[in-house]
Amino acid sequence: MGINSDGGDTASITPNIASGRISAQQESDNFADLHPLLTPFQASVEADRCYFCYDAPCMQACPTGIDVALFIRQISTGNTTGAAATILHENIMGGMCARVCPTETLCEQVCVRNDKEGEPVQIGRLQRYATDHLMASGKKVFERPDDSGKTVAVIGGGPAGLSCAHGLARRGHNVTILEAREKPGGLNEYGIATYKTVDNFAQREVDYILDIGGIEIQTGQRLGQDFTLDDVRAKYDAVFLAIGMGGVNALGLAGEDADGVEDAVDYIAELRQAEDRRQLKVGQRVLVIGGGMTAVDIAVQSKLLGAEEVTMVYRRGQQQMNASTYEQELAQTRGVNIRTWAAPQDLQMTDGKLTGMTFARTRLDNDGRLVVTKDTFSLPADVVFKAIGQKLVSEPLTGGASAVALEGGRISVDPERRTSLADVWAGGDCVVNGEDLTVAAVEDGKVAARSIDTFLQQGA
Amino acid sequence: MADLRADFLGIKSPNPFWLASAPPTDREVNVTRAFKAGWGGVVWKTLGLDPHVVNINGPRYGAIHGSDRSLAGFNNIELISDRPLGINLQEIKAVKQAWPDRAVVVSLMVPCDEASWQGILPLVEATGADGVELNFGCPHGMSERGMGSAVGQVPEYIEMVARWCKKHTRMPVIVKLTPNITDVRFPARAAKAGAADAVSLINTINSIVGVDLDQMAPMPTTDGKGSHGGYCGPAVKPIAMNMVAEIARDPETHGLPISGIGGISQWRDAVEFMTLGAGNVQVCTAAMVYGFKIVEELVDGMKTWMDDKGYERIDQFVGAAVPNISDWQHLNLNYVVKAKINQDLCIKCGRCHIACEDTSHQAITHTVNGERRFEVMDDECVGCNLCAITCPVEGCITLEQMTAGVDPRTKLPISGTYANWTTHPNNPQAVPVE
Repeated sequence: MGINSDGGDTASITPNIASGRISAQQESDNFADLHPLLTPFQASVEADRCYFCYDAPCMQACPTGIDVALFIRQISTGNTTGAAATILHENIMGGMCARVCPTETLCEQVCVRNDKEGEPVQIGRLQRYATDHLMASGKKVFERPDDSGKTVAVIGGGPAGLSCAHGLARRGHNVTILEAREKPGGLNEYGIATYKTVDNFAQREVDYILDIGGIEIQTGQRLGQDFTLDDVRAKYDAVFLAIGMGGVNALGLAGEDADGVEDAVDYIAELRQAEDRRQLKVGQRVLVIGGGMTAVDIAVQSKLLGAEEVTMVYRRGQQQMNASTYEQELAQTRGVNIRTWAAPQDLQMTDGKLTGMTFARTRLDNDGRLVVTKDTFSLPADVVFKAIGQKLVSEPLTGGASAVALEGGRISVDPERRTSLADVWAGGDCVVNGEDLTVAAVEDGKVAARSIDTFLQQGA
Repeated sequence: MADLRADFLGIKSPNPFWLASAPPTDREVNVTRAFKAGWGGVVWKTLGLDPHVVNINGPRYGAIHGSDRSLAGFNNIELISDRPLGINLQEIKAVKQAWPDRAVVVSLMVPCDEASWQGILPLVEATGADGVELNFGCPHGMSERGMGSAVGQVPEYIEMVARWCKKHTRMPVIVKLTPNITDVRFPARAAKAGAADAVSLINTINSIVGVDLDQMAPMPTTDGKGSHGGYCGPAVKPIAMNMVAEIARDPETHGLPISGIGGISQWRDAVEFMTLGAGNVQVCTAAMVYGFKIVEELVDGMKTWMDDKGYERIDQFVGAAVPNISDWQHLNLNYVVKAKINQDLCIKCGRCHIACEDTSHQAITHTVNGERRFEVMDDECVGCNLCAITCPVEGCITLEQMTAGVDPRTKLPISGTYANWTTHPNNPQAVPVE
């Protein structure tokens, strides 16, 4: 153990992991909608702030290229249905993206209103206003044309897979989604923080997407376990891989399997699926290792579930965190501590149970490389969440006749999202340059669907 | 310290802000509240003969809204006072006695015969009112009965009625003009010919303010039907100011006192009307939207502006802009401006570019050296002002005069001389320059 320069006496704490830390009222308040739906009046006022820019920067910044200026103008003229159609034509998950996109680093960051006012048009909330209106109305935006007779297997029912499936279905093709989990939706259903997508929105959006027809979903179908890539290539005219990143990066420390050391993504999935969130076990002192969105999501939700002290610990500074400034502030205003420039060193155990963790202070050397110093400190903890990134489970893609070329541990694709195999496309988090954003995954699916459609027509 | 006292036809008021004849001046309670709030005068809502008229029991007003429900234009289908004449006269008398320093002018509308006017004028005079305003303007309802704008649209009637009134009362007579005519100078000349002391304008403009697309009927809608109403509010101000200016610069009516009306909502509007020749102003819509308290802003705004500019009395700026109202043909064709975009203020919305590119002269870039950047190309710019109007940042785009060199668009040297259309070689009727 190094110099215990601050922090508590980690050996002396008694692990305290318990459920029922919050009242039913607190539970309902804490997990309420983070950004409630704008009222018609609020939407009208906000829409009027849009300047309808030429070649609008927001549209350029959107990974799916939504015509933001047009849809906002449609809202301001009372044509909310048309606004939603404008959104969905570029981004079939416009509803979820309106909730989870880091708009502060995308469309809203480049809004020209920032320049003089420092307040962009609230594009995300207007997008939600339009798409929620459409979904509530039950109106259809897309009509499925005549059956093309072509079949496509989409492996993975997350944002990329659903986007591709819809893109293919609206061109008349027949899609089978093979989904490993019990429900489709991927990270929309199992990943994102609860307060960003309340009222079962992820499933409602899936239902809206599937409503076009021509898409069949088979759940409980895991690639490499229940079927192989060879199987689907033999059976379908084309394949889209949207398998996400099923593996979680490890800390590489002794005791990582001990009680109290958990994967953040697993806990978030459990939280999202919980019938009664108050029954979930929560630590009294929680440490979160990592600086991305998942780290923020688990840190904030631990706090909302009643943890007394929650600290995010990150190896570098706040500026280097993947979580945006907005997300960091969200964490801090919910009472999460953020500690930076600290690398995990040791997990402390007492009787096989976690009691704390030791970190080494880090800094950058003159060449900008991270240096782990010998200066250490310890923090008490009953629970440590690992949120230092996920990885592709590549085994099902590397063996046999259907080996897919990888690059840096992810699937290599060209700009049309074609893999090294002529009849296989890929998109979402599992591909190289995947941005870990729902909106980027939707774009991958959309682009791939176009390319697959061209391929299928040529093959006809 | 600026002195806002006004003297219009000998009618004195502590400031030049009167409430126009309309719902805000319908009764004693309203007018008393207005005077308490600080209004300089009122024109009492139009009196007619008994039996009094009746109003519909449905909506009387319609509106055009801008962003965030700000009111751009307003219309009404209300008629003249729907109370007995005697009650109105009693109340006018009481108000004038209680507020001797304020102007109380009474608006009148009776049938177009001398006996009717001869009958009502002494009754009004007996209240102690300061003057009368002849309502020849209302375009809805009453006009169907041969009154209001039905009179105001016929200069001969205006002259005739004005003369009757001057004959039967010692009070100053103001003729209120309708804008629902082709050339406002003719009714104004008629009023002057009839010896009226002043004109006031504009009354409201014939309008359908909207269509209810479910009922397929004009708004405001009464039981599935709608009739045209009188349009007013900020949207009509430019129309009103032009009409005021036309009368002020017409050699036949130049010098005829004018009471300016039409969309006056703040001090600047009032000052603008007055520089175009209005001796005072009348306000209605703004008060109907915000209440009487706006007079505080009107008074203080005008006072502050006068102090800043060194005006001590309002007559020092009344009509000040009239000499600069010109016919198009006399505008200087040798005056050349180019738009300039201040890059430090530019927020890069691109509206100037697309407006110019799509609808004008293709004179603004959208990229410079591969970067999003909006710059004016002087060799295409005609100085039309569209870019400055579309720009959301005030002062970002300005029109700068070229005072030397060659206009890169026309390749003609910038001349310091004045030249107009009357002598231009392209003008078939040009008079050769000596």
